[in-house]
Order: sequence, then structure tokens, then C-alpha cells
Amino acid sequence: MWRDAVLVAGKDLRVEARSRVGINQVVPFALLVLVVFAFALDSDRGTLVSFGPGLFWVTVLFSGLLAVQRSFVIESDDDARDALRLSGLDGAGIFLGKAGAVAAQLLLLEVVLTLGVVVLYGVQLRGPVMLLLTCLAATIGLAAAGTLYGAIAAGLRVRDTLLPLLVLPVLAPVLLAAARACEAALAGAPAEGWPWVRLLFVFAIIYVTFGVVAFGPLLEEA
Amino acid sequence: MALAVRLRAAVSLLGRFPALAGVDLDVATGEILLVQGANGAGKTTLLRACAGLAAFVAGEAEVLGHDLRKERKAVRRRIGLLGHATFLYDDLTVTDNLTFSARAAGGEASSAAEAMARMGLDGRLRDVPAGRLSAGQRRRVAVAAVIARRPDLWLLDEPHAGLDAAGRNLLDQLVLDATAAGATVLLASHELDRAAALATRTVVMAGGQVVDGLLTPVAPQEPSNVA
Amino acid sequence: MTISPSSASTSSRTVRILGWLTAISLALTAVMALVISPRDVNMGDSVRLLYLHVPTAWLAMYVSFGITTLASVLYLWKRTRSRFWDLTAGASAEIGVLFLGLTLLIGSIWGRITWGVWWTWDARLTTTAVLFVLYVGYLAVRKVPAAPEVQSRRAAIVAVAAFLDVPIVHFSVEWWRTLHQDATVLSDRRLLDPQIGGTMAWTLFLGVVAFTLLYCWLMAHRFRLAWLEDRLADRAMQVAIDERRAEAGVGAGGTKKAGVS
Repeated sequence: MWRDAVLVAGKDLRVEARSRVGINQVVPFALLVLVVFAFALDSDRGTLVSFGPGLFWVTVLFSGLLAVQRSFVIESDDDARDALRLSGLDGAGIFLGKAGAVAAQLLLLEVVLTLGVVVLYGVQLRGPVMLLLTCLAATIGLAAAGTLYGAIAAGLRVRDTLLPLLVLPVLAPVLLAAARACEAALAGAPAEGWPWVRLLFVFAIIYVTFGVVAFGPLLEEA
Repeated sequence: MALAVRLRAAVSLLGRFPALAGVDLDVATGEILLVQGANGAGKTTLLRACAGLAAFVAGEAEVLGHDLRKERKAVRRRIGLLGHATFLYDDLTVTDNLTFSARAAGGEASSAAEAMARMGLDGRLRDVPAGRLSAGQRRRVAVAAVIARRPDLWLLDEPHAGLDAAGRNLLDQLVLDATAAGATVLLASHELDRAAALATRTVVMAGGQVVDGLLTPVAPQEPSNVA
Repeated sequence: MTISPSSASTSSRTVRILGWLTAISLALTAVMALVISPRDVNMGDSVRLLYLHVPTAWLAMYVSFGITTLASVLYLWKRTRSRFWDLTAGASAEIGVLFLGLTLLIGSIWGRITWGVWWTWDARLTTTAVLFVLYVGYLAVRKVPAAPEVQSRRAAIVAVAAFLDVPIVHFSVEWWRTLHQDATVLSDRRLLDPQIGGTMAWTLFLGVVAFTLLYCWLMAHRFRLAWLEDRLADRAMQVAIDERRAEAGVGAGGTKKAGVS
């Protein structure tokens, strides 16, 4: 299973490196969302700074949707299932590989977005350990749940509208917890953030486990 | 000699449509079986079902000793399907695609290199992204991907289509070498002359079954494949 | 095989009796709720809405969706896999979404009367709203344009995932809310959990019983409907197989004998 996971993750990341879709499209999109928020909300420094964490994670969420969609589109579009099944790879391994690749891309995106939030919104970074842990746990949970639901929506004509409908309610607690944890860190009171980080790790564990178990059967129907 | 494929009254569905409506077929190991039939007779579904992609919902189906009614996944590492879609990643180079395919089947990168050499892909095409290849070149890469997996059962759906003359000769030689080494080949083709010469046996499909009978009146009226 | 008229309906003697029982108990509940039970000390007449709100909430969240989740698990597990569980899950979810929608609507009206707001983001309400969207998503997956097995299998997985998510959502929002006690609306806990006793308790109990009967009656009909649709599809399948085989007779000039070698 792990060998397959590494193989698939490597393949997905190599595709991303060659096609540069993430860099050319997803990152600019994310930065643009940050800018758009600044227009929509009255951009006097006060509100943007206090909403910073929430806006950051909303942006990551939407970018995550794009990353997951892309992860399945590269599998020969509508024949996504065939290519993966024919390869003979273990379903659990494919899940871990794909989710891992999405997580890696999201983490890189988060680095860029952090810079964006610091520069554009004037957020002051504090509590780096908590921020890092939050990003790690939230990203793993996002990638796992996203990949699972991506497989549910994959290959269907309605996939682009179905995926957000399915996955956003599921990711709501991740959004909540990550934003609160980051707020706690930035406010200089990281102790308040630990329960949220714990919640994020619990979520991540649950959905990684569920994905490992359910992904194989999901790919398998006729 | 063991049977590579054994089907009895096998039914397989495409959505709700019974693409295979009761197939009886025995294929011995080492045979090169040509499956003929009009468009829509079920040839592609037969190959896909033997690959474990389409499910058999009724009847008996045994491929390479695995009962496909119970467990479809087990057979996949041992088969190589050459289908209509080429299952290549457009952004990856030929080398990367083939290495991935080989490794996924449990093999090593060296099988990929051998396959490329055999299909004449180890020259300047090695590092070209698959998306930039011509249709014929993609076909060659797809064949190489099958070879790289070293399958026990080859499932070839219209393999000659899209290949140039040199490619076709290569493919024929590959098929003969593979069966000499103990593999079995099922191929579906409209290129009746060429494929019939290659095959050790021929069956005809119609209406989702394997039917007995001479070459039907329908066959000569089919549009022949343009090279 | 012909389907006789009586077996082609979704009703039967048992179901009809159930229907009557349901109607009677609902009528009784209405009488008790609107006429016999007293006004609440704090809420006045708006408490009568609760006799509708609480049963639908309980039915939707615990009974309907609980059955959907259970049936989905049974459908996914190889040993108990059968169309029966898939159809049960779908029917129960439909009724659940209906009841939950009703719950949210009535609750919102009650909130407007009692607190002056149509909505508030406390743990219970937020979780309920998320639950609603999750099951709307489930129904959407059941109806995607794809083969029936695809619809069933994926929907079942969505149901299980939803079940896993609900406690997480509830816990996270509850935690969030306990940190922010400033919600003036929620400070009056008495309104949220009214002390009920006597006639009011009986009315509530009757309401729950009545709605449980309603759920059973609706399930009986909805399930049977789905079951009949499934039977019909199977017959259509047999017809399709026969037609497919007949293609061989038309296309091939030779004998239509299944060739073995």
C-alpha cells in the first residue's frame, strides 16, 4: 500500500511540475481571492486583520477544491476510473498518494498565502508553532476529505457542481477550527488554540482512515 | 493445457444495457484468439470484462484461474489491455509514463526501458511529453505500456488501428513472441486479413454472444480501416 | 410473469391500518396541542409549535438518518449487501430531509416569535443546518446521471461519511459557542429547554408517537414504491437481454448456436 502511495504521489506531483497548473492558475486565483475580499470588506486595516485567519482558510478551502478537481481530471478525464483500476494499484495506496499530492500542493499554497495575508492585510505573525501545526493538521484533513469526495464525484457529468455541495458542509468544522486556532496564535494566546488543533488532528485521522477504507470500493463499481 | 479464459453464459452490463448477453468461450493458454463481429456486437466489452474492468453479473467467468464473479482486482496485474483510450498522462514524458505503468504492475523501470527499445521509442521520443505525440506515436507508447507490464493475458482492442506499417509488423512480432513465451492473446479487430493470419483461432460475436457460423454477410460490408 | 393489480400498489391491509392509526394519533395530538394543553408560563401560545417541532426533529435526526446510515453500512458490507438496504436508505433519507426541513422551518418561526430572530448560530441549529445540507447532498448523489450501482454505492459512502461528520460539526460549534457567552439570545436557557410536565409532557409524548407512526407509514409506501421500480427495472433488463440476443439472429446469417470452440 505505501509503495503504491509513493508511486502515485510521485506521479501526481510530477504531472503538476510539468504542467504547472498549480503555479500558473491556482496560486494566482488564491491571491486574487484575497484581494477580492479586501474589496468586498471595507479595507480599513482593522477588519482585514481581524478577519485574516478566516479569510485565509476560506481561500485555502476553495483552492483545495480546485486542486482536488485537478487531481482527478488528469486521470484521462472521464476514464478516470479505468486508468487507475487497470494499473493494478491498491485502492488505499492510490488514495494516500493522491491525497498526499494534494496536501503537498496546498501546503506550498499556504506559504504563499501567508505572505499574502501579511503583506496585503497587515497581519502580524505570532505563535509560529501553533500556526504550523494548524496548517499541517487542517491541510491533511482537507486533502483527505477532498480526495474522498473527489472520487465520489469523479467521472460524472455533474462533478463540478456536486463536489462543492458534498464537501463544503463536511469541511465546515475544519474551517472553523483552523480559523480559531490561527486567531489564538496571532492574538498571542496559543493555549486557547490547542483544543482546536486537537480537533483538526482528530478530523484528519478520521477522514484519512475512512478514505483508505472506502477509496478502493469506490473505484470498483462497473 | 490450462484454460486462460473460461466463460459460461456470462452476462456483463454497460449501465443497464446487456453488452454481453450470455457468452460461452474457452481460450487455452498460448492461443491467439481473434474476435470478430459487427460494431456493437460486444467485442470491446468482452475484452474489458476479461480485464476486470466491466463486471460479470451472471454466469461463470474465470480468467487466469481467478473467478471474476467474486474478485475482479486480482487479475489486473497479470493482464495488459490495449483499449481505445490510451490511458497516458499527457504531461508526463514517454519514459515517465512507461516507468509508472511498469512499476504499477509490480515490475521495475528496466521493463519500461526494454519495452521502449522494442517499440523503437528510445530515440528522440523518449523525453517528449505524451500530449505532444501524434496519434500513431501514442498508440506505440500504449503498446509499449502493455509490454512493460509483462502480462500473462494480452487483451488487444483493434490494435492495428492507428499504427503505421512498421508499427503493425512490430506488433505482430510481439504477439508471436509473447505467446511463444507462454502468454495468451485475445484480439478484437476489423482488419480481417491481417488479424486472421496472425490468429490461431477465430470466433464471431453478435448480439452480445459468441455465435457459431461462417463469416456473415454483414462482415464484407463493414467499412475497412484506413491505414 | 405478470404483476397482479393488488401487488402493484404500494399499500396493503397492514399499511392501511397503520395509516388509520397515524391519522387518528395525529388528530389527537393536534387537539391536545392546540386546545387542551395549557399555555406556557414563559412562551405563551408559541409553545404549541414545539409539539410539532420536537417530534419532527427527533424523527428526522435520530430515526430517519440513523436508519439511512445503518442501511448504508449494511449495503456496503459484502455479507449483507442487497438492494433492500439500498432502497431503505434512500427512502428513509427522503423522509428525513422532509422532516428536517419542516423542523428548521417551524423552529425558525418559533425563534422569531420567542426571540425575535429567524436564525442564530448556536451549536444545535448550526449542526442541524449542516446535517440538512449533508443529506441533500446524499439525495443528489443518489440521482446522479450514472449506472444504478454507481448511484447506490457512492450514496452509501456519502451517508457513512455524513454520519462521521455530524458529531465533529456539533462538537466544534458547541466548543466555539461555549467560549463566547455573549449571545444574548441564548442567555435565557429556560426558553431553550422548557421545563415541561403534566399535560404538556403527555402532549409531547403523543406527538412523538404520532410522528413515529407517520414515519413508518411513509416509509412503507416509499419503500414499496422504490421496490416496485426496482422490480420493473429487472424485468426491463430481462427484456433487454432477450432483445440483445435476438440481434445475433438478425445480423448473422448462420446458425445461432453459442460456439464453444
